[in-house]
Amino acid sequence: MGASGHTQQMDISKRYTAGVLKYAQMGYWQPAYEPKESDVLALFRITPQEGVDPEEAAAAVAGESSTATWTVVWTDRLTACENYRAKAYKVEPVPNNPLQYFAWIAYELDLFEEGSIANLTASIIGNVFSFKPLKAARLEDMRLPLAYVKTFRGPPTGIVVERERLDKFGRPLLGATTKPKLGLSGKNYGRVVYEALKGGLDFVKDDENINSQAFMHWRDRFLYCMEAVNRAAAATGEIKGHYLNVTAGTMEEMYQRAEFARELASVIVMVDLVVGWTAIQSLSNWCRDNDMILHMHRAGHGTYTRQKSHGVSFRVIAKWLRLAGVDHLHAGTAVGKLEGDPMTVQGYYAVCRESVTSVDLPRGLFFRQDWGGMRKVMPVASGGIHAGQMHQLLDLFGDDVVLQFGGGTIGHPMGIQAGATANRVALEATVLARNEGRDIRHEGPDILASAARHCKPLQAALDTWKDVTFNYASTDTSDFVPTPSVS
Amino acid sequence: MRVTQGAFSFLPDLTDQQIKAQVEYCLRNNWAVSVEYTDDIHPRNTYWEMFGMPMFDLHDAAGVMLEINACRKTYPRHYVRVNAFDSTLGWETIRLSFLVNRPLEEPGFRLRRLEAQGRVQRYAIEPYATDQPPGHRY
Repeated sequence: MGASGHTQQMDISKRYTAGVLKYAQMGYWQPAYEPKESDVLALFRITPQEGVDPEEAAAAVAGESSTATWTVVWTDRLTACENYRAKAYKVEPVPNNPLQYFAWIAYELDLFEEGSIANLTASIIGNVFSFKPLKAARLEDMRLPLAYVKTFRGPPTGIVVERERLDKFGRPLLGATTKPKLGLSGKNYGRVVYEALKGGLDFVKDDENINSQAFMHWRDRFLYCMEAVNRAAAATGEIKGHYLNVTAGTMEEMYQRAEFARELASVIVMVDLVVGWTAIQSLSNWCRDNDMILHMHRAGHGTYTRQKSHGVSFRVIAKWLRLAGVDHLHAGTAVGKLEGDPMTVQGYYAVCRESVTSVDLPRGLFFRQDWGGMRKVMPVASGGIHAGQMHQLLDLFGDDVVLQFGGGTIGHPMGIQAGATANRVALEATVLARNEGRDIRHEGPDILASAARHCKPLQAALDTWKDVTFNYASTDTSDFVPTPSVS
Repeated sequence: MRVTQGAFSFLPDLTDQQIKAQVEYCLRNNWAVSVEYTDDIHPRNTYWEMFGMPMFDLHDAAGVMLEINACRKTYPRHYVRVNAFDSTLGWETIRLSFLVNRPLEEPGFRLRRLEAQGRVQRYAIEPYATDQPPGHRY
């Protein structure tokens, strides 16, 4: 993919003559460029229109996400424009896909305001995705330089401190989302929370669209849920929590709800991704000031993360959210009802949890990312999982994850407490066996069956859901390995 | 009631052989094992009494078992837990903690309520046993 004649940058005297030039000629294609440690790097998957060569398409992405517009402007010469121009420095065909190319682009650090995801995203995904010469574009991955990472505060609590506050170590945490998601009154809603926590879960959760509707106003929900949390703590001797969703129409209203959660001594609040980057960063600061864990529900992300050809990969969203500062992040189950190829999902978990994320192409990680000591985000696996999959979940994700069994708790034939107990016994038995050196991936069903001999609720759960799997082909997979689904 | 703190409280009490297997797991991970005891089981009682220092330099599960059993023998009516500490950069925290002893009778917790403004209640939980002074609780 060397630069051919027509894509080379022009002589400076002709460069600023009024008119339309190719982006590559304007200086946005620089195949010889060596990225600096301090550059922001972005990898786009692009599908150029017919007749647009990939280097020009890559240069257009670099141009439109930095300084360029469609025509030459002489006012560039009032700036040190070489500095501000993003540089497309590498283009490669996507393996096994003749229409798509990976384009690597480097951005000078000066282009970005410190500590603002809004500013970063306005540049990187501001308008290139609507650009006509591309049929489609997807932001696959980013490398944020350490100098930039350090301008963000990151998670207010993080995995280590969350565990120390909750006094829970050495096993995944367990949660459930209250069901049905809509229609329960505050009093009935709190019943579900109490039963699930007393039965053995650590957390119960509001769903993304539980805010303050006619059937249940938010203050009522908060009061009944905290009654449930405290009763369950007294019944078990454990710290319990309920993610009180503070998502609302305005920032002022969100602060008001968060403050009430604090007044009621909740350990955790939650917010939906749809509130936007600035609101997330503000709420994160509030959580830091109030010793609150911040749970992020990634509501809406599937609209732009799921399709491989166009949008933003969830691994990039996860990087932005770690910078913005959330403590919990829904990152997929691989085995449950929602989209997620196992290795791709493991890549998201690495972004959340590792101190330095290494290059791992089969898991979709294209760059080494140093987090500079930034706290770790606890990933959450939620959606269509049940006790019979415990060994698979533990094998895929390890200990530092919240496993959320909503239907798998509340839908238990013997009741909610029994459902919660089944999950907790399954979890503890599987962790114990793994630590003893047993091969849980293969022996998992035997381990669970043997634990069920002293736990009727677990036996009932295994009987009820034994054949439930969601074994569909994933749409978002690595291009570098065959990616079988988990069965 | 049964206090369900620690990683394995929903399982039947671990046998010595099972405890030893967990200790071996911790040592394989280069975690330092320590033993702690208390008769105040409030979930926010962070600082249990240390039964000696964390065993940073002890890499033999049998030796750790001697410490665990000495603690259980000295405090047979206390809660005793085994912690494993990971000093790896970025963790520097406990990575596993589980109970290895508990009193025969566990009376549980009182939930105190204080009526406050509106319908708000201030909750406090207290182990019934802490009505008695330390050492006379179980």
